[in-house]
Amino acid sequence: LTLIVCQNSHVYYIFDLSLCSGGAELLFNGVKEHHVTLPSHSEPWDIKQLLVWIQQNLLKERPELFVQGDSVRPGILVLINDADWELMGELDYKLQDQDNIVFISTLHGG
Amino acid sequence: MCQVDEHYEEGLERAEVPSVSRKCVKCKEAEATVVIRAGDSFCRTCFREYFIHKFRAMLGKNRIIFPGEKVLLAVSGGPSSSSMLRQVQEGLSQNAHKKLRFCPGIIFIDEGGVVGQSVEQRRRTAGELLTVFRAAGFPVHMVPLEQVLDLPSSILASASLASKRTASSYKVAVDRFVRTDGGSSLTPQDQEVMLLPPVNQSQTQALQQLMMSATTLTARQELLNTLRLHLLVHTARSKGYNKVMLGDNGTRAAVKLVSSIALGRGAQLAQDTGFSDSRFGDIILVRPMRDYSAKEISYYNYLFSVPSVFIPALDTKTVDKSSIQHLTEIFITKLQADFPSTVSTVYRTSEKLQTVCRGPSTPEHTTRCLLCVCDLDTATEEASAFQATLTSEQLSVGPSGAARTETQRQDPVGLNQAAPPRQCCPSGGGAEDCGRAASGGGCCSSARLLVGSDLRSLLCYSCQLMVKDLASVESLPHYILSEAQRRQRRSQMRDEISDFLLGDDEG
Repeated sequence: LTLIVCQNSHVYYIFDLSLCSGGAELLFNGVKEHHVTLPSHSEPWDIKQLLVWIQQNLLKERPELFVQGDSVRPGILVLINDADWELMGELDYKLQDQDNIVFISTLHGG
Repeated sequence: MCQVDEHYEEGLERAEVPSVSRKCVKCKEAEATVVIRAGDSFCRTCFREYFIHKFRAMLGKNRIIFPGEKVLLAVSGGPSSSSMLRQVQEGLSQNAHKKLRFCPGIIFIDEGGVVGQSVEQRRRTAGELLTVFRAAGFPVHMVPLEQVLDLPSSILASASLASKRTASSYKVAVDRFVRTDGGSSLTPQDQEVMLLPPVNQSQTQALQQLMMSATTLTARQELLNTLRLHLLVHTARSKGYNKVMLGDNGTRAAVKLVSSIALGRGAQLAQDTGFSDSRFGDIILVRPMRDYSAKEISYYNYLFSVPSVFIPALDTKTVDKSSIQHLTEIFITKLQADFPSTVSTVYRTSEKLQTVCRGPSTPEHTTRCLLCVCDLDTATEEASAFQATLTSEQLSVGPSGAARTETQRQDPVGLNQAAPPRQCCPSGGGAEDCGRAASGGGCCSSARLLVGSDLRSLLCYSCQLMVKDLASVESLPHYILSEAQRRQRRSQMRDEISDFLLGDDEG
């Protein structure tokens, strides 16, 4: 899933979200890459808000298979600019322009 | 008290944040990209080295794959097996002393018919995989799962045990290999590619019917695993391979360990989840990816662009409680999210498991389960949990229960009465009819029907449970039914002549 995001009054945030194999793209109409522009926001976007936004705008079915609570479902890996999100502060990471976010499902059968 | 607790929790949370360092723990220079275990973060280069080394180390440590041996890689197209294929490629391209020394081939079993993919989808998947396989340059065998219907029943016969090879003979073999040709024979020759043959529509339907006759997803998944394994071993045998490498990763092994216990496969755990599995005798199953977690594999595949193809499985997009296997996976993954050593603890347990051989037994006398080909675990003494389960089941079936316990005394295994014979009660709802039929009633007379009622005595506990969930035993592939008949005839014959035999052959 590739996602490009957002514009503030003067800043454009662009994110590539990739749902890489593993079957997570099934919940997004089978589309693997999304370029998303997030709507402007008074504070900078963090991953937690992004997940809510994805759930409302991109997820096509069965949101519980992707998001659980305010985090991703256990078994789905998150990479921020090719690095483990555990290194980037997980849900509190502040998104920046042109960020590349990847979700990979490690669950059997996606 | 409350205050003490609160302080404790705060302390925990604070401790977590600084433990994650941004530098690689190995080279201490580059920025870390992957956190493998809690606190162990690697940079890209070190992660790659670590990953590749682990594969070779796993094979080196276990000394099961001999130099020059033909090894069949079972590649489903999923992340783990695709990663395994890449590791073998990496291993063969290493310089001399690090080089892997076996001859790999690839098998892909197309299960599209079972998960309801159209012919077109199946062809596309096969095409994508073929591109990947051709690039690897190994012999390729693409087999549709439908072929399982035409297997010979010899696949289930207890195979002659291969000569035991020991650690010392491994060393000798390596020395000889190095001296003679130094691996030059491994240079790729013409790549043998066996394309997916066109599948007969009626066979797909027969297979689907078989799968649908399993009333629960749990049984369906078990059945699929069993059939797939038979086909794998058969292909390996007929193409002259001695070893089959499976892509099960550590997370999978942990899930399998826990779900196997839930499925009543405790006695077979060591074979089901261990590094090597010799239940088929001449063909040894190896699981070299056991040391990697699903997370490591996904990262590796992503960072080093290992191509994998997504193929839906039976449990794709199902609810958490759809099957025992699926529920276990969800349970383990959730636990792992909060307690990062869950998976490694569970799967390391499986390394320590061993099957105890019950007394001295010669190969032809060990009775194996008809389906999973493991040693039967049903020949237990009377005061065992297994017998208690049976008795309780029989008593709760209904009024005919008493009559059955009566007949059970003559039958050492005591299972013959519980399985429904074919036509008179296909769904298991007519339990009383079954009782009557089994105790000499009229509705089942032909020799073929004997299979249905007696099949369970040939199965291990877990496979009995699976067969119980099948609406009709008759839809099982022919090779299973005919082998069941053969075994029954043999045991009947043994019963008949038992009075004339000298005492020591009580099987």
